[in-house]
Amino acid sequence: MPRAGNSLWEVMREKGYSRRDFMQFCTFAATAAGLGTSASAAVAKAFEKKDRPPVLWLHFQECTCCSESFIRASHPMVADVLLDAISLDYDETLQAAAGHQAEKCKADVMKAYAGKYILLVEGSVPTKENGVFCMIGGRTAEDILKEAAAGAAAIVAWGNCASYGCVQAAKPNPTGATAIQKLVNKPVINVPGCPPIADVMVAIVTHILMFGRMPELDSQGRPKEFYSRRVHDTCYRRPYYDAGLFVEAFDDDNARKGYCLYKMGCRGPLTYNACAVVKWNGGTSYPIQSGHGCLGCSENGFWDNGPFYRHLPAFPGFGIESTADTVGLTLGAAAAVGVAAHAVSTNIRKRKLIHDQVVEAVKDTPDSKEVE
Amino acid sequence: MPATQTYRRLYVWEMPVRLYHWLNALAITVLGVTGYLIGRPFTVGYAQEASFQYWFGTVRFLHFMAGYVFLFNMLVRTYWGFVGNRFASWDKFIPLNRQAWRDIVEVLRIDILQTRGTGPIHIGHNRLAGLIYFVTFFIFMFQGLTGFALYGPMSHSVFGNLAAWVVPLMGSEAVVRQWHHAMLWFYVLFTLVHVYLVFYHDYVEGRGTTSSMVGGWKFEREDRLDD
Ligand code: HEM
Ligand code: HEM
Ligand code: SF4
Ligand code: SF4
Repeated sequence: MPRAGNSLWEVMREKGYSRRDFMQFCTFAATAAGLGTSASAAVAKAFEKKDRPPVLWLHFQECTCCSESFIRASHPMVADVLLDAISLDYDETLQAAAGHQAEKCKADVMKAYAGKYILLVEGSVPTKENGVFCMIGGRTAEDILKEAAAGAAAIVAWGNCASYGCVQAAKPNPTGATAIQKLVNKPVINVPGCPPIADVMVAIVTHILMFGRMPELDSQGRPKEFYSRRVHDTCYRRPYYDAGLFVEAFDDDNARKGYCLYKMGCRGPLTYNACAVVKWNGGTSYPIQSGHGCLGCSENGFWDNGPFYRHLPAFPGFGIESTADTVGLTLGAAAAVGVAAHAVSTNIRKRKLIHDQVVEAVKDTPDSKEVE
Repeated sequence: MPATQTYRRLYVWEMPVRLYHWLNALAITVLGVTGYLIGRPFTVGYAQEASFQYWFGTVRFLHFMAGYVFLFNMLVRTYWGFVGNRFASWDKFIPLNRQAWRDIVEVLRIDILQTRGTGPIHIGHNRLAGLIYFVTFFIFMFQGLTGFALYGPMSHSVFGNLAAWVVPLMGSEAVVRQWHHAMLWFYVLFTLVHVYLVFYHDYVEGRGTTSSMVGGWKFEREDRLDD
């Protein structure tokens, strides 16, 4: 049942958190939203007074990696608080309720808090064959999404699935997997990644709760705070890139020296994400730090730009081994042969014309003696 | 056919057209070579620390610099297509009437099927060459747009921001890069065929086609002076 009218502080107290825990949470929330610790008092005030908006978390075509990431946020208390006090009005994978009970809970929230609740969506929505590929409680994902989106105050698309369609939408996209932003006619906060970084997810939810509005978004609906720079721009291996020092094989000496992974297919130069700054698992590391190139997991259609371990993607229609260079080189060779054949043919077919011109010209050219 | 031919010297390519041509050829050569290296960097001796070398950064810098030359050069040439002489004019690139299409078929007959020509030969671009340059112009624009779209986020360049819409349109930067790279081969093919055809026309027609892009002059028999 939705707990009406309670502020976050009240809910936390009810759950047995101390005032100190609450203040700690507020400090984290302030920093996560980019305010700095000095703002924590103001944040505490907001969370004491403001009614906590209910949060619905919908799951469609996904692998639950976003949820898995979320519950591993580096500040365990933050995830606890968010899960305990905020996000559990409806979340199929984490809620205790099941079946009709769960559906009723969701329906109650949507009715009682129309226009006020926050909608978090994990997974893409199939649109082919009338959406039969993903049905919950006898209804299609598209139907469920549209109903929930209609009354939402803010919609967040978790991960590459909800933002762009991810692997389900990879060619040939058999289920017609579609991004959330293409199905609802409201602004959607896209938080791409496969999965997104836990701390980024937490920060975005906190931002919405604290300010009651969306963070600043870029043209693709991604929060600028985390997605305005490429992994490449913040990568600590960047000096090796500029110096042209590249790993040539995963077990070579250059790999041991930590050179740039560009030639191993690193997609850092075209991937917008905060991996190199926020890092993963509580700031422990990120893929490149562990010696593996970026796969571009927060980019639209990254599955279709493989193979992952080569800089140049396969050229569409020419098989996995092809690149633009193999296709181009073949065409170039064909053109060279064509040109050579044309040159030979010219000398045969236009022989008379050229011959006549030469004869005429020699005839017409004044002899050097005549000029004198 | 009179026994002795009199040739007239004609000023065909004005200075801005010639300058455009060679700047363009130079820029494209630099862009092609540096672009290929960006896509497929070679292995250098790994003796030095990163702080002592910057060759890949330099290659990229040259690419971007040549990219600017390429862009502005193209803009100037486009302007000249409206104020330049009749050989440089924009309407020489677009076959807008029946006669133009008939000319194209004629050029194909003479140059590809290699039958004997009858009528006069164009003094400026022949109609087929004009059409090909017109198509090329769009590929130049495509290359400029995809290039600056990739350049924008790494530079805060105004031109980069102007082309920012290309990325969502094509899907992602990976796709933009794929096609930006693939188009490299269009330039290789174009240059191969273009230079060959210039030499071919020079050889077969004997009107100084090759040197015309240097000095601007072409030569034409007086009895054929009706372009
Ligand atoms: C004839 C014209 C051009 C050719 C043949 C060309 C070719 C290439 C090639 C082959 C690449 C490598 C792509 C890859 O595999 O990653 C590249 C990259 C690039 N080009 Fe071009 N290009 C041209 C014009 C331009 C222009 C006008 C610009 C605008 C500034 C530009 C900007 C870029 C950028 C930003 C990159 C990515 C570089 C990086 O990641 O550091 N290009 N180009
Ligand atoms: C040795 C090298 C080259 C020579 C001798 C040459 C010569 C010429 C000549 C004589 C023309 C006028 C021909 C006609 O009207 O059909 C021309 C036009 C043109 N060439 Fe080249 N060219 C060379 C290389 C290149 C390269 C590398 C490029 C670019 C990839 C290029 C791009 C063009 C373009 C775009 C035009 C149309 C010019 C205009 O009117 O705007 N050329 N070239
Ligand atoms: S490892 Fe990847 S992200 Fe890092 S500098 Fe090299 S190409 Fe860029
Ligand atoms: S480094 Fe690249 S592939 Fe890896 S998590 Fe970050 S964005 Fe995704």
